Amino acid sequence: MLGSIRDLAPIIAVIVFFQLVIIQQPLPNVLELLVGVLFVLLGLTFFIHGLEQGLFPIGETMAHAFAKKGSVFWLLVFAFALGFGTTVAEPALIAVAAEAAEVAASGNMIAADEAAKASYASGLRFTVALSVGLAIVLGVFRILKGWPIQYLIIGGYVLVVILTLFAPVEIIGIAYDSGGVTTSTITVPLVTALGVGLASSIKGRNPMIDGFGLIALASLTPMMFVMVYGMVML
Amino acid sequence: MNLLTILTNLAQTMLSTVTDVIPIAVIIFGFQFAVIRQPVPNIGKVLTGFVWVVVGLTFFLVGLERALFPLGKLMAQQLTDPVFIAGGEALNAVKQAITLSWQDYGWVYLFAFLIGFSTTIAEPSLIAVAIKANQVSGGAIGIWGLRISVALGVAIGISLGCYRIVVGDPIHWYIIAGYVVVVIQTLFAPKLIIPLAYDSGGVTTSTVTVPLVAALGLGLAETVPGRSPLIDGFGLIAFASLFPMMSVMAYAQLSQWYAQRKRPEAAQS
Repeated sequence: MLGSIRDLAPIIAVIVFFQLVIIQQPLPNVLELLVGVLFVLLGLTFFIHGLEQGLFPIGETMAHAFAKKGSVFWLLVFAFALGFGTTVAEPALIAVAAEAAEVAASGNMIAADEAAKASYASGLRFTVALSVGLAIVLGVFRILKGWPIQYLIIGGYVLVVILTLFAPVEIIGIAYDSGGVTTSTITVPLVTALGVGLASSIKGRNPMIDGFGLIALASLTPMMFVMVYGMVML
Repeated sequence: MNLLTILTNLAQTMLSTVTDVIPIAVIIFGFQFAVIRQPVPNIGKVLTGFVWVVVGLTFFLVGLERALFPLGKLMAQQLTDPVFIAGGEALNAVKQAITLSWQDYGWVYLFAFLIGFSTTIAEPSLIAVAIKANQVSGGAIGIWGLRISVALGVAIGISLGCYRIVVGDPIHWYIIAGYVVVVIQTLFAPKLIIPLAYDSGGVTTSTVTVPLVAALGLGLAETVPGRSPLIDGFGLIAFASLFPMMSVMAYAQLSQWYAQRKRPEAAQS
């Protein structure tokens, strides 16, 4: 609880400072604001507690169980399901996909009616979810093999740059953003625990070097896939 | 504000959080029972943990929605308003007649910097990764060291992103230049930090940061003459994902350099 207060203090300070000193207007709805801040505090405290009790342990036990079972096939299926399943339901992605459909419609790239926009947006969501699923599969495979992450990431960057040259201008901003929005609050702890758990239960892998990096891949592949989607659809 | 609306608000958010968690729970327990076929150790504790996560996220989101987001959006609007930027004396001038150069947006950049920094400090995903990194590195990577360097990266990224919206440069030159810097840094950064630094790019932008930053970007793109919110409003999140990679590697490089510089001194005394 004390920790949560310390986490939130900067936000409050910035808002109060700007509102009173720069914009020089009184804070609207002070009471509502206080209740909201109290909720955020409680929420952060409960979330961190639950993280350490539930999400971290289950992620690691599953990683250990898969490593012991030795079935690479099922591990990769699990990795894909986790990436795809959590991304397709991600609220931030749903919001970005809807915005992207607006952009495409206003640029006369797709028909401006609701049906065309909806199908464009859901196509985009499935594209991103597919790319995150594949990214987690690739990342888990990398942990098994012990490849250094930087070659994958740099290779990915080169692809992103090449695709940028060919993708329609309207999709580029959205494609770049969709890399950032794919990994949600519940997915991140689970995926991190999975990676670290795997790396620490396989001989010869260092959890620090090999365990991290799954999220980085999950942020990179959506950029490529969305640009390709933009090129194919538009 | 009354109790009833808060309660319905809480109930709705709880429902949508549960819907978000259901696919994850189905995948986890499906694989646990069908493939691994072993009981989960401390199943009771894990399930209570899930309940805490859902309850925590619910309160967190409702609190954000009721208090911080509306205020953040309002402030983004007020700060990007040409009338505010040009100062009180321009109030009488016709809005279209005000010509602003990028220097006039100083407060916007400062606001972007501070809001980027402070929202990242409160970001639950980053806290999770920092706790894990601290455990795995045996304390070598401090929770606060990581969180502050990521937050600095986001802060710099978002203020630069705002500058880009104001001047209207194409986004890909910035991103590509950023990639080049990341690649160069990768060659020199301590090996241990590289995967973590790459991950920090992805974790920074979620629950807290995305809505506030998106509001800022759209607000700017709407009010700066000649910018289209649909094309120029995007891209801030990409900046916020790129810069933490650099700042985390820079943090590791600095602490390595500092440790190397200190060692000979310690040996002498």
